[in-house]
Amino acid sequence: MTEGKIVKISGPLVIAEGMRDANMFDVVHVGKHQLIGEIIEIHGDRASIQVYEETAGIGRGERVVSTGAPLSVELGPGIVTNIYDGIQRPLEKMRELYGSNITRGVSVPSLDREKKWKFHAQVKAGSQVTSGDVLGYVDETEVIRHKIMVPIGGGGTVRELFSGEYTVTDQIGILETENGERSLTLMQKWPVRRARPYLEKLPPREPMVTGQRIVDTLFPIAKGGTACVPGPFGSGKTVVQHQLAKWSNVDLVVYIGCGERGNEMTDVLGEFPEITDPRSGESLMKRTVLIENTSDMPVAAREASIYTGITIAEYFRDMGYSVAVIADSTSRWAEALREMSGRLEEMPGDEGYPAYLTSRLSQFYERAGDVVCIGSDRRRGSLSAIGAVSPPGGDISEPVSQATLRIVKVFWGLDASLAYRRHFPAINWLSSYSLYKDRLEEWFSENVHHHWTAQSSEISRLLQAESELDEIVKLVGIDALSPQDRLTLEVAQSIREDYLQQNAFSDTDSYTPMQQQYALAFLILYFGEKAAAAIDKGVDIQKISELPVREQIGRAKAVSADQFKEAYAQIQVEIDRQIDALVQSGEGSDENDP
Amino acid sequence: MIREYKTIEEIAGPLMLVKKVDGVKYDELGEIELPNGEVRRCRVLEINGSNVLVQLFENAAGINLATSKVRFLGHGVQLPVSRDMLGRVFSGMGEPIDGGPKILPEATPDVNGTPMNPAARRYPSEFIQTGISTIDGLNTLVRGQKLPIFSGSGLPHANLAAQITRQAKVRTGGVTDDSKFAVVFAAVGITFEEADFFISDLKKTGAMDRTVLFINLASDPAIERITAPRMALTAAEYLAYTCDMHVLVIITDITNYAEALREVSAARKEVPGRRGYPGYLYTDLATMYERAGRKMGSEGSITMIPILTMPEDDKTHPIPDLTGYITEGQIILSREMYRKGYLPPVDVLPSLSRLKDKGIGAGKTREDHADTMNQLFFSYARGKDAKELMVVLGEAALTPVERLYAKFSDAFEKQYINQGFYEDRTIEETLDLGWSLLRILPRSEMKRIKPQLLDK
Repeated sequence: MTEGKIVKISGPLVIAEGMRDANMFDVVHVGKHQLIGEIIEIHGDRASIQVYEETAGIGRGERVVSTGAPLSVELGPGIVTNIYDGIQRPLEKMRELYGSNITRGVSVPSLDREKKWKFHAQVKAGSQVTSGDVLGYVDETEVIRHKIMVPIGGGGTVRELFSGEYTVTDQIGILETENGERSLTLMQKWPVRRARPYLEKLPPREPMVTGQRIVDTLFPIAKGGTACVPGPFGSGKTVVQHQLAKWSNVDLVVYIGCGERGNEMTDVLGEFPEITDPRSGESLMKRTVLIENTSDMPVAAREASIYTGITIAEYFRDMGYSVAVIADSTSRWAEALREMSGRLEEMPGDEGYPAYLTSRLSQFYERAGDVVCIGSDRRRGSLSAIGAVSPPGGDISEPVSQATLRIVKVFWGLDASLAYRRHFPAINWLSSYSLYKDRLEEWFSENVHHHWTAQSSEISRLLQAESELDEIVKLVGIDALSPQDRLTLEVAQSIREDYLQQNAFSDTDSYTPMQQQYALAFLILYFGEKAAAAIDKGVDIQKISELPVREQIGRAKAVSADQFKEAYAQIQVEIDRQIDALVQSGEGSDENDP
Repeated sequence: MIREYKTIEEIAGPLMLVKKVDGVKYDELGEIELPNGEVRRCRVLEINGSNVLVQLFENAAGINLATSKVRFLGHGVQLPVSRDMLGRVFSGMGEPIDGGPKILPEATPDVNGTPMNPAARRYPSEFIQTGISTIDGLNTLVRGQKLPIFSGSGLPHANLAAQITRQAKVRTGGVTDDSKFAVVFAAVGITFEEADFFISDLKKTGAMDRTVLFINLASDPAIERITAPRMALTAAEYLAYTCDMHVLVIITDITNYAEALREVSAARKEVPGRRGYPGYLYTDLATMYERAGRKMGSEGSITMIPILTMPEDDKTHPIPDLTGYITEGQIILSREMYRKGYLPPVDVLPSLSRLKDKGIGAGKTREDHADTMNQLFFSYARGKDAKELMVVLGEAALTPVERLYAKFSDAFEKQYINQGFYEDRTIEETLDLGWSLLRILPRSEMKRIKPQLLDK
């Protein structure tokens, strides 16, 4: 074990001498408080260490001891529903043991060592297994069946394996490998900076349904895809992220609060256990893992939190689940990189960010994907990554936004001016994009409606037309437009207010199933078509825009999912009746008024 | 044993390099003794071998390389705290400056505090009635929130902050709960007149004996500005979590704080982030702002209203920008409203309170609060659009409904926003005023209000 002495301290950076034998990225214990740190540079005898805890009170000459192992996470039953800090220390447990503020130098195991789990063996003694093969399972929560897999790099013959009640460190069986016998436990470890292997990566083919109308209809994300949500403060990034964490149809969500507000996590902790997952009927918390390194917690651990989160997500992906990683916010992570880079006196790139910012970001997002998992049964798993970006001043020409945009396939650009008028989610429908749209077309037409794609393009077209017409209106006034163009404006307004806008805090509006999304959009477009035909017959646009049925359309989004079919059919009848009435009275007046 | 060093090697700006030092700790507090016996304070910024880089809290005039002595005190910057601090005035370094006796400390915590465990936070949800319609009705403040005021030079942010201090109360079930309320005020680099305005306003309303003041005036050492807000927060934490009080912390002006930080960073020749501010400005501000909140095991709370002046009224300047990313919303003051003579000149549309949704509604304010709030925001935004169009094209170009919206937005500004600094409206008055203004618009436009509520 390598042991050195501190020679330099500057904020979270400590330099120690006598570290020649240490490995890069080894975890070390620093000083008499035993702070946790990681070696990030070695120059001859001197190692630069980033320390994950506050370094005040540390002095020159204090000891630095290497643990000889890289920063790793513990993977096993007990992860789900837990809340961890950036280096996987359990925050609830720490509160019970050490009080409501985070004390330094405490070491609490990530997984509860006392708790017993009921393990069901599925492999008989004598069978051949390879890395990643499922040995058995533990029902971790009502929703998550935690599969216990052969640790990576450790195939062989199972000599014994027993069902029963075990703690995470108890021996559940023995594996005979080429290099001798290996004891099997419920828990395994994995270094966070290394992506967990898989057999094959495949192009994404299935959408991650979020229940958010603007996302699913206009800018869908695929399972195994990547997306970013950039926006200035106050534009509702966090609400969008929370909505995705709540309603996405994935098996597990890993939510990383990276350098953000403490109260946001408290909100999640208070709210998620209360919400029922529409798919499983169980509480949402039972499929959620929280990683939380708030802005006031040490900056180096913020850098690690992203990796901790995605490694946990990969582990569940390997079980054959679809997992979503939601990181809020990657800009704070980049700032942590910048701070460490500055202390290391590296040559800065753009705006002081290190030159390796882009490569680190792409390494993170490339860990997402739809894959054939490691193991002999070729099960499929997917890992989707969604990152919030907080560009300074809302200007996305800055380095973090630009580097992110080059990697991710879906861009949900939040717009401050929409947020000011409380149009939420404030996703700008003109500048946002999704590169998965074509690929997912088939799924939508098979599983929702064969007109889905056509309808979604029609919505985009109307919104585009509206922005062009708006320019004209601003110059010459609304009277200069033809009745058909005025109708376009009316329908586009209805799409914006009655469809795209969605209230995250309303019980019925927070989540809209796909079939209802299709029906609601159909209703609005149907009104448009019907009205266009009426205008051709000479009906005044003003009269159409004042029809009482429009208020009904406006309230249609709040109809709950089990009642929408009848309610929407009724509104459609009402549209027919009211517009037909106008046409008839119009024909009557034409005759009187030649 | 405390050792003295006479090995000062360099002094440049607020930084000083001391050589051949042993046994000193990172972030430790030090004292410099001048030949004439005067003592100044400093703090360890970096240890490199036996060289120690320290930051001075006062100016360097008179420090001499040959004869000045440095000693390190074995602890970080601390503040002696006690319940007796209420009613007292302190300097930015925590020394009493009101001529009164020293505080007999009940505890001496480190001013940097320790981060709160996110799992130990309690979510803020108790409505604070400030008596100001634009805040109560539209951007509701709750206990434990951090809600900054973004102002500009020459705007009356001080009056608004004083009005909140004067009128703020928590009402549970219609009854005012006035128990154990305290104010901690930190003046960071503001002028004497501005500080005096606050103090005399607090005295007038009799609130002075439940207030702790930390004063660093524009003429005081700039570097002290880095510690002043932390002193205030340390006192607030003691009052809130040890004495179970509800503490309102007002810090003005954060812009001066950030500039002091930039001064030190520039002197250290660090790689700057945007506009010369250090790359760690976000983290640094967060370690202050995140000290607001409520935590398990304690009745008390810290509600924070930091005030900052936006350079050139630019919201995208790093100071307001980073603040907005950390705090739970912002109240923005508008020069345009101020020119119109509407007080307090709150710019309603970009202002925001993120925690309002959990603090309003039946049982807290009133069941119609959320819907009317959304409708008011939406209608005011539409009214402003209509008025913009009217300027370009004339009133005739507007549809009848748009004309109503324009009328609504005028009435809204005149009656709802413009209430003056001395009117105290209850939440019911604010909500009723909202309804009476919405009557200008036809019922079919009330898309954001549930029909059941409209019927009432």
